[in-house]
Amino acid sequence: MIKLTDLSKKYGVKKVVSKVNLSLTTNKLTAIIGPNGAGKSTLLAMISRLVPSDTGEIFLDHQSLKTWKQNSLAKKLSLLKQASSFELKITVKELVEFGRFPYSKGHLTEVDHQKVNQALAILGLKDLVNEDISTLSGGQLQRAYIALVLAQDTDYILLDEPLNNLDMKYEVQIMKTLRYLVKELGKTIIIVIHDLNFAASYADEIIAMKNGKIFKSGLTNKIIDEKVLSKLYEIPIQIQNISGKPFCLYFN
Amino acid sequence: MKKLIRSFPLKVIALLILVIVSCILFLTYQTYGNWDFALSLRSGKLIAFVLVGIATSFATITFQTLTHNQFLTPNILGLDSLYTLVQTTIFFFFNGKQLLGSESVATFLLTIAIMVIFSVLLANFLLRKGQNNLFLLLMVGIILATLLNSITTFLQVAMNPNEFDALQTKLFASFNNINSQYFPIAAIIILILVIFLWFKSLTLDVLHLGDDQATNLGINIPSLQFSLLVVISSLIGVSTALVGPITFLGFIVANISYHFIGTYHHRQLFIGGSLIAIFLLIFGEFIVEQVFKLNTPLSSVIEFTGGIYFIGKVIYERKNG
Amino acid sequence: MKKIVWALILIVLIWGSLFAGASPISLKQLVNGNSQQQLIFLTTRIPRTISLIIAGATLSICGLIMQHLTQNKFVSPGSAGTTDSARLGIVIVMLFFPNAPLLFRSFIAFLFAFMGTILFIYLINFLAAKNKLMIPLIGVMFGNIFGSIATFFAYQFNLIQNMTSWLQGNFSTVMKGNYELIYLTLPLLLITYLLAYQFTIVGMGEDITKNLGLNYQFIQLIGLAIVALANTLILIMVGNIPFLGIIIPNLISIHYRDYIKNTLLLTATTGSAFLLICDIIARSIIAPYEVPVSVVVGILGSLIFLSLLLRKEPL
Repeated sequence: MIKLTDLSKKYGVKKVVSKVNLSLTTNKLTAIIGPNGAGKSTLLAMISRLVPSDTGEIFLDHQSLKTWKQNSLAKKLSLLKQASSFELKITVKELVEFGRFPYSKGHLTEVDHQKVNQALAILGLKDLVNEDISTLSGGQLQRAYIALVLAQDTDYILLDEPLNNLDMKYEVQIMKTLRYLVKELGKTIIIVIHDLNFAASYADEIIAMKNGKIFKSGLTNKIIDEKVLSKLYEIPIQIQNISGKPFCLYFN
Repeated sequence: MKKLIRSFPLKVIALLILVIVSCILFLTYQTYGNWDFALSLRSGKLIAFVLVGIATSFATITFQTLTHNQFLTPNILGLDSLYTLVQTTIFFFFNGKQLLGSESVATFLLTIAIMVIFSVLLANFLLRKGQNNLFLLLMVGIILATLLNSITTFLQVAMNPNEFDALQTKLFASFNNINSQYFPIAAIIILILVIFLWFKSLTLDVLHLGDDQATNLGINIPSLQFSLLVVISSLIGVSTALVGPITFLGFIVANISYHFIGTYHHRQLFIGGSLIAIFLLIFGEFIVEQVFKLNTPLSSVIEFTGGIYFIGKVIYERKNG
Repeated sequence: MKKIVWALILIVLIWGSLFAGASPISLKQLVNGNSQQQLIFLTTRIPRTISLIIAGATLSICGLIMQHLTQNKFVSPGSAGTTDSARLGIVIVMLFFPNAPLLFRSFIAFLFAFMGTILFIYLINFLAAKNKLMIPLIGVMFGNIFGSIATFFAYQFNLIQNMTSWLQGNFSTVMKGNYELIYLTLPLLLITYLLAYQFTIVGMGEDITKNLGLNYQFIQLIGLAIVALANTLILIMVGNIPFLGIIIPNLISIHYRDYIKNTLLLTATTGSAFLLICDIIARSIIAPYEVPVSVVVGILGSLIFLSLLLRKEPL
């Protein structure tokens, strides 16, 4: 499990995350929501050690993150950041194979190939394996990256706005894949997401953040609530039930 | 992937043929029957070219991966100027004449040691201060070059002018003035460093994905950056000590290898790059000195070509991206 | 009040510059009509101090204008190909017109400097994103290309020693009868003063300039011509002096912001004062010998530049 105690981060004088205390439940899909600048991405980056925290501790399986070996951590927890594009001539398969680096250090074994193929299959990339990643559409690239994270085969998967650049079909497909990973493979997934309706439909638990603090957290149906959300985003938000699913309306 | 495996050996063979042909041309062209003399003179240069070619291409390709920038060369860190300063200082404080005798291998090692220490301090400082700020790295490098050059000039002015003149040519290496007594020690140092990079090359491949992604895959970026900077500066140090500074050789070689080898695999880039560098050096020397009989040092021809290539790349990248 | 103190400091520095040097000169002897001392004073000391003042002012102003024209704090004639291309011009002149008069040589060097600078500006404008990193890098590359062409010719025609002597900024050779060309920079400084307002606007970018009804390209061209000409004159008269054009305008802009009309005089006098100090150090540190002033400026300037770069609040 992941436990955060008194976690804070400042950029210059601006407090981005302040005194966050939180326990994240294992084997669940947890969504982090909140307005722009709430500190969601920074929180995720701190948990994955990309950004050092100023104060506070992060515990991963009861062990402080600082004492984890970098390579062991890479087998335990992985993060996909928003918008990671680069100029590199490699194929989809080669990209996904990098996910096996913590295990094989570049010398792929039979198990590694299996995991890579499995990840490619789950993300529906089988037809694209030999495509150059520079020729992919935004959605395809996003899926390739998720496949990389999947091939890394970690218990904890953190995703920072994974639905960016995707059309509705793939948005739904990705969310279903994430559910499948939680349910069938026992992963723990934490995802920063802006679309409330996706959070409402697919997340087990929701953490609402505002101004660097935890605004409210709990089971999805506790957070997807007209009062809570309207206060969180400071605009009136209505919730309608359409075919048994909660639906947030915030267009006027 | 399959396409690469099939074609890479072919490319290496093609490069090897080029290298061998240019070697033969270089060694045999217009010897005027004076075989032994020409051979011994030219084979010295040949060895230097091989060592410098390998050191430069390994160092530059690694440096460009580390900085995620294909326009940079490690010489930009101010190492060339540092080399001259160290040489001048050693000469200034210890009587240069003594050192130029039997102890010169010690001088060589001392120079390289000082350069490595300097680079370690610089790298440490920059990594702590800039946290990957490339602009800072570049500017500090440029400023340090001027600073070090100025101190060098100061020491040279303060020195006894006659003594300085007499020893200047001996102290400062160039393609026309290769210190062949350094070959064995230089070869050993280069070999060790190159083997180190060879083992790190799979990790370097991952670095292509960006520092964040690499961290995510379990690579300790700060410590990797640190060790690589030390290795890179040692390689450049050895190369500079052998033939003097050549800023743009690495830039040309690295970029030609990216195009010609067309892969992100560092092992293939290293092999290809080294062969390309050796070929360019030997063939360049052959054309410049033996065919056109130009009085110009090869290094200034390389600087010129490198500069033009640089502009070309700037324009090309702008048009295509 | 501040102005008076500043004027006093300048006077002290000028005094120091006039009376420091290998052969001791005293005011008393000058007034009493010691003809030998008067001769030294008039033929070397006064010309030297005047050219120091002018060179310091000119280089700082050139840097200031370049920084506005390129909207980049780290550009100066020394880092933007101006100096390097002027140097190439000098080598070409030495080669093909060895007996040409000084004015003609300067003109050719100016043409090279002007073309080189325009090429540089074109290249960095070409990088649409104005990649911050690329500008100093292209500067280095320019130095390499022009430097290697110059070296090529110098080697072919055995001019390498002559060329190296151009690289060092040195005021010890300044003497009555060979330095007067430096006065040509004064009208250039005047034009700069008159156009200060326009340069400030250009410094805010092409869009704003055009929006305000000014011809961006034209003003940029005038600015570059002034910089190239003034810089060439300094290079020919005293040699290359590193970083002065970057550090002085930046030091001033930290405290007095970027409105050129207000800072022009201050930038110019600070440049002069800095160069006077460096020259006094250069003359006294290994007296009775002299260190080229470019060495002192190089060391002090680098240190100041580094501290500017590593300040908490970056430029």
